Amino acid sequence: MRFVGEYRDAGLGRALAEDIRRLVEPGRTYKLMEVCGGHTHSIYRYGIDGLLPESVELVHGPGCPVCVLPMGRVDDGIAIAREPKVILTCFGDMMRVPGSRGSLLEAKAGGADVRMVYSPLDALAIARDNPARDVVFFAIGFETTAPSTALTLKRARTEGVANFSCLCNHVTIVPPLRALLESPDLRVDGFVGPGHVSSVVGARPFQFIPADYGRPLVISGFEPLDVLQSIQMLLAQLAGGRCEVENQYRRVVPWEGNPAALAVMAEVFELRPHFEWRGLGFISQSALRLSDAYADLDAERRFAVPGVRVADPKACQCGEVLKGVIKPWQCKVFGTACTPERPIGTCMVSPEGACAAYYSYGRHARERELV
Amino acid sequence: MSATTREQRIIGVVGATRAKRARFRDERITMAHGAGGKASQSLIEGLLLPPLANDALERLGDAGELSLHGVGLALTTDSFVVTPIRFPGGSIGELAVNGTVNDLAVSGARPLALTLSLVLEEGLAAADLRAEIEAIAQAAETAGVRVIAGDTKVVERGQADQMYACTTGLGELDPRARLAASALAPGDRILVSGPVGEHGMAVMLARGQFALEADISSDTRSLWPAADALLGAAGSALHCMRDATRGGVASALNELARASGVAALVREADVPVAPVVAAAAELLGIDPMYVANEGKLVAVVASGRAEAALQALRALPGCEQAAEIGEILPEPTGMVLVDTAFGGRRVMDLLAGDPLPRIC
Repeated sequence: MRFVGEYRDAGLGRALAEDIRRLVEPGRTYKLMEVCGGHTHSIYRYGIDGLLPESVELVHGPGCPVCVLPMGRVDDGIAIAREPKVILTCFGDMMRVPGSRGSLLEAKAGGADVRMVYSPLDALAIARDNPARDVVFFAIGFETTAPSTALTLKRARTEGVANFSCLCNHVTIVPPLRALLESPDLRVDGFVGPGHVSSVVGARPFQFIPADYGRPLVISGFEPLDVLQSIQMLLAQLAGGRCEVENQYRRVVPWEGNPAALAVMAEVFELRPHFEWRGLGFISQSALRLSDAYADLDAERRFAVPGVRVADPKACQCGEVLKGVIKPWQCKVFGTACTPERPIGTCMVSPEGACAAYYSYGRHARERELV
Repeated sequence: MSATTREQRIIGVVGATRAKRARFRDERITMAHGAGGKASQSLIEGLLLPPLANDALERLGDAGELSLHGVGLALTTDSFVVTPIRFPGGSIGELAVNGTVNDLAVSGARPLALTLSLVLEEGLAAADLRAEIEAIAQAAETAGVRVIAGDTKVVERGQADQMYACTTGLGELDPRARLAASALAPGDRILVSGPVGEHGMAVMLARGQFALEADISSDTRSLWPAADALLGAAGSALHCMRDATRGGVASALNELARASGVAALVREADVPVAPVVAAAAELLGIDPMYVANEGKLVAVVASGRAEAALQALRALPGCEQAAEIGEILPEPTGMVLVDTAFGGRRVMDLLAGDPLPRIC
């Protein structure tokens, strides 16, 4: 496949892996956090972790917007979906995320009209086609998807689609990273930085990480060569005593980001004072809601949502797993109360979460270590 | 207890849980239960199987086997509910014949006869129904089977989606091999009869949900010629065949690895995928290995006869791109591993439910 195959070349991959092996200091171990769920996916999809020396360990970060959504917000979505005239629309991977009493997929089986869309514009089209129904878009995602939600809301306003609204769960990437870095027990030597988010926000917002916390960050693309090269760039920084933000994904990410996307976000959204993250607790100014100018399109104001906070189970140690303090199997509920079929914490929700991956593949990974 | 011992113990607990028959704990049936992944497995093994259990059913093959006065027979049944009913390369009528014929074929049974049961929605155009019955007649003739009994029901508008078809097939077990999902042995080779993912991708695009057009046709066809050729070329060295329908090649291999207590290793670079299918799957964020086929089988053959079996397949029209895609390993039991084209190795598990597109 042209324009994709070039970034999956096995020969170049071997050369990079060789280079990585040369950069690793004997006796030293490295923990690198890939921030994005998309990177975690590439790492599993292509078996990238198996190409790294044993002393380089990848820690899966908080960048999967589906996994970090707290149960109470899923419950709010389900409550709206159960309203008689409502069609609730959402992205596919949101469908299976459990709330306190089931997922949207189960609500659909129970009679709610829940439909999967690929784009918020598809949700708007459903609203246009069903004028007698209330169409709600369950918006999730980091700065990657927020601009498309914002554009859709602007278009709904321009076209006067009165039966369309948005339940906004958009989150921002910097506050959870800062929260992780503030934690005294964080064991991470460097970050594989978010690629798609950075195409919107640029590289500048990450400069506090080397400046204030002394850890390098390399903004990375999602193809296997991108991820390997970013790891190589991080290890080169660590070997050379450098600590800075570098941009591996220059073919997509401009240093300044995308000013047009940032402008439309600023018009449509405002920061929430605080927002809860599954596994990480409340983080201030870490999420977006609709600004007052768009209040009439805000599903939270249009519908009576329960807004009940559902506490993460006490035994769940996702926070520690995310910080790299413990391994998934060291969590008290791992594999017993918490399984991929009945997940408790964020790391078990998505198949690419650290705990779900370990549950499914741990035996294989273990054998590799023993070889 | 040392950390390593504790980790080993927990891995053991997880492994034992995974090997057990799945329990069914859901309150309602969701679409995930129909998708061929873990949820389907829990429905079948946890809810359907226990009250009905008998040795033929418990083998969970594509067809049940029975013996009558010394003649081995295979019996299978399948319902077809595809939307839209016509799609590039085929239609519901063709699927209803080939799907059941193929369940017999991969069980090593020569298809003898079918029954056909139709559920029709009030308002269905007679021309559409006529076209589907003609498609059924044509497909049956091509596959060399007769439809010898049938039934028709009409339901009110909205209670079905145009038409549903259910076919039951009877076949005679071929004596050249004794096939079983539990017969895989380390060293066996894995063959696939052609490029994967075409049917599922053709139907997905035909639904028009995505602003995406591609020239992809369903691969629906009878697999009896392929099964016959494999039985002829490999004989008793042919250990098992599977029709890689719902859940794709990935799910078929997972079921076989689990049933035989072995591992399957797939070489991703050797799996045939049409470039247009690979591109559409890439755009939609779906792995073609999990996409349904309606005319592709996976065969597991002892290594000594694998090359002969492959050549026999390739000599057939429609199977020119058949390939050996991997082999059976003793460990880790019940798992499917993939050597990726990029040079890494990963686990290819059953999906939890539908292959839902990802946003992150």
